[in-house]
Amino acid sequence: MLKVEGLTKYFETPSGRIHSVDGVSFTINKGETLGLVGESGCGKSTTARTIIRLYEPDAGKIIFNGHDITHITQREMLTFRKKIQMIFQDPYASLNPRMTAGEIIREPMTIHKIPKDEHSSRVNHLLKLVGLNSEQAGRYPHEFSGGQRQRIGIARALAAEPELIICDEPVSALDVSIQAQIVNMLEDLQKSLGLTYLFIAHDLSMVKHISTRIAVMYLGSVVEIAQSDELYNRPLHPYTVSLLSSVPIPDPEKATQKHIIPLKGEIPSAINPPSGCKFHTRCPKAKPECRSVSPKLEDKGNGHFCACPFA
Amino acid sequence: MKPEDFLPLTVEEREGAEILRPSKTYWADAWLRLKNDRAAMIGLYVILIVIILAVFGPVFSRYEYDGMDFNVSNDPPSLTHWFGCDMFGRDLFVRVMYGARISLSVGFIASFISLFIGVIYGGISGYLGGRWDNVMMRVVDVIYSVPAMIYVILLMVVLGAGLKSIFITMGISYWAPMARMVRAEVLRIKNEEFVTAARAAGASPSRILFRHIIPNAMGAVIVTLTFSVPGAIFTEAFLSFVGLGVSAPMASWGVLSSDAVPAMAVYPWQLFFPAGAISITILAFNFLGDGLRDALDPKLRK
Repeated sequence: MLKVEGLTKYFETPSGRIHSVDGVSFTINKGETLGLVGESGCGKSTTARTIIRLYEPDAGKIIFNGHDITHITQREMLTFRKKIQMIFQDPYASLNPRMTAGEIIREPMTIHKIPKDEHSSRVNHLLKLVGLNSEQAGRYPHEFSGGQRQRIGIARALAAEPELIICDEPVSALDVSIQAQIVNMLEDLQKSLGLTYLFIAHDLSMVKHISTRIAVMYLGSVVEIAQSDELYNRPLHPYTVSLLSSVPIPDPEKATQKHIIPLKGEIPSAINPPSGCKFHTRCPKAKPECRSVSPKLEDKGNGHFCACPFA
Repeated sequence: MKPEDFLPLTVEEREGAEILRPSKTYWADAWLRLKNDRAAMIGLYVILIVIILAVFGPVFSRYEYDGMDFNVSNDPPSLTHWFGCDMFGRDLFVRVMYGARISLSVGFIASFISLFIGVIYGGISGYLGGRWDNVMMRVVDVIYSVPAMIYVILLMVVLGAGLKSIFITMGISYWAPMARMVRAEVLRIKNEEFVTAARAAGASPSRILFRHIIPNAMGAVIVTLTFSVPGAIFTEAFLSFVGLGVSAPMASWGVLSSDAVPAMAVYPWQLFFPAGAISITILAFNFLGDGLRDALDPKLRK
């Protein structure tokens, strides 16, 4: 459904060029959820925003349903925006405080020219779908709780009947009990409406729960992609191994047996990313050649791709 | 107790179980906050009283603003002439009320002209950003760096004294701060996530500007407007005081004060009342502006 090839986005700043997204490639198949994980600042959100052309890509290709949408004009993009919607991280900032919930949900319908007489009934239907009631359509965002606001954000994303929804850390701003509600609701909606998700997160257990496949990003590049279970049971890339070892385990007995692999150092600056394999400065298995050779994603069998020749 | 008791309610069940407080719009909410601000409410009431007196006062008065009666010239305040009389025996109370018409309309109209120019200029500058913004704001800097009073006086000299030229002059001289403020607001709001969300949904630039950015900038615009009205009133008073304002027999507060100055030591009330009216009105607008700023500030809303 969505194919991203060598997507690259740099930002020019006074202190240098930030290599935010550096040659990211992946595909998302219809009906699946691709989880995109990585530390803060590794380029997850930028990748998502470049895919829907909120940022102009510097290189690479974005192919949606067979159409190359990398360089089409914003006017041509409009038809694709109907199909690709986005859910944002911060439910407090992503809703216009001067519009009622109903107006917020109605806006994509107006933009995408859905007949006016259907609007009200669809707003009510969408509110029900996300677990709010239709009386709440006349209320303003500040009258809702964080979880309810995120439901409004989800209803807005569903309003234009999209095929692909990009969820940019949709639950990380909510507290844990609400997170589960929202994630379960997203899963239910996926089943009933046949949606495809690109699910960005930094909480690994959450991603494992919802994703069909998972892509791990480090410093603007994808280092590993695999089926969700495969990635958890058999992580190959040293970064993924270390990342997974950091996930807390609820069972204290198992937790004591667990071996955390700490990484040394900080994430290098995205302005001057390390040469060769970007992870070599922190990799416990680094070899001299890692400094010069930049590894490509290799098929390790079973749909498992990893950008480390020694894994 | 059964485990079923802990299942969440379905939407239908919840419909009746939830207690919903009546929905409040942003403005209703701000009004509620403003109502609790005593200084702002006093300011608001004073402004309303001044407006009512300005509009209806002269109609119901026994005296005309230009009716002369030399039997009472320079009379002190009394029961028949509450504010006393001027040197031509004109009733000062009716003249101060009449002056309020001129002064308030100058204040409001000049502010609205500067609002109109400022919002459009600042809005475009902030929205376009980058090089355009840079050029447009340097123009504002240049205008801002020369004291507005100089333009006002020069323009008044060119256009000739009179009410219409006061409106035009002040409108085109006082838009710079409004433009700066609007630009700053637009720049701030432009980067809010709900604007990104609208762009992601495919909203056109005009839709983003008019539906998302401008409604969110209105609070700050209203506050700036409230502060610019007394500024305009004061400028008009100053212009009239130095003889560039409205001409006799029309009277603004500035003209009245100016007329009273020569005889200040002998008939102090002739200066006291118009000057007092200026001070009280300006103070009231400032109180109201302060209150509005607090009531409309979105930072306090979370």
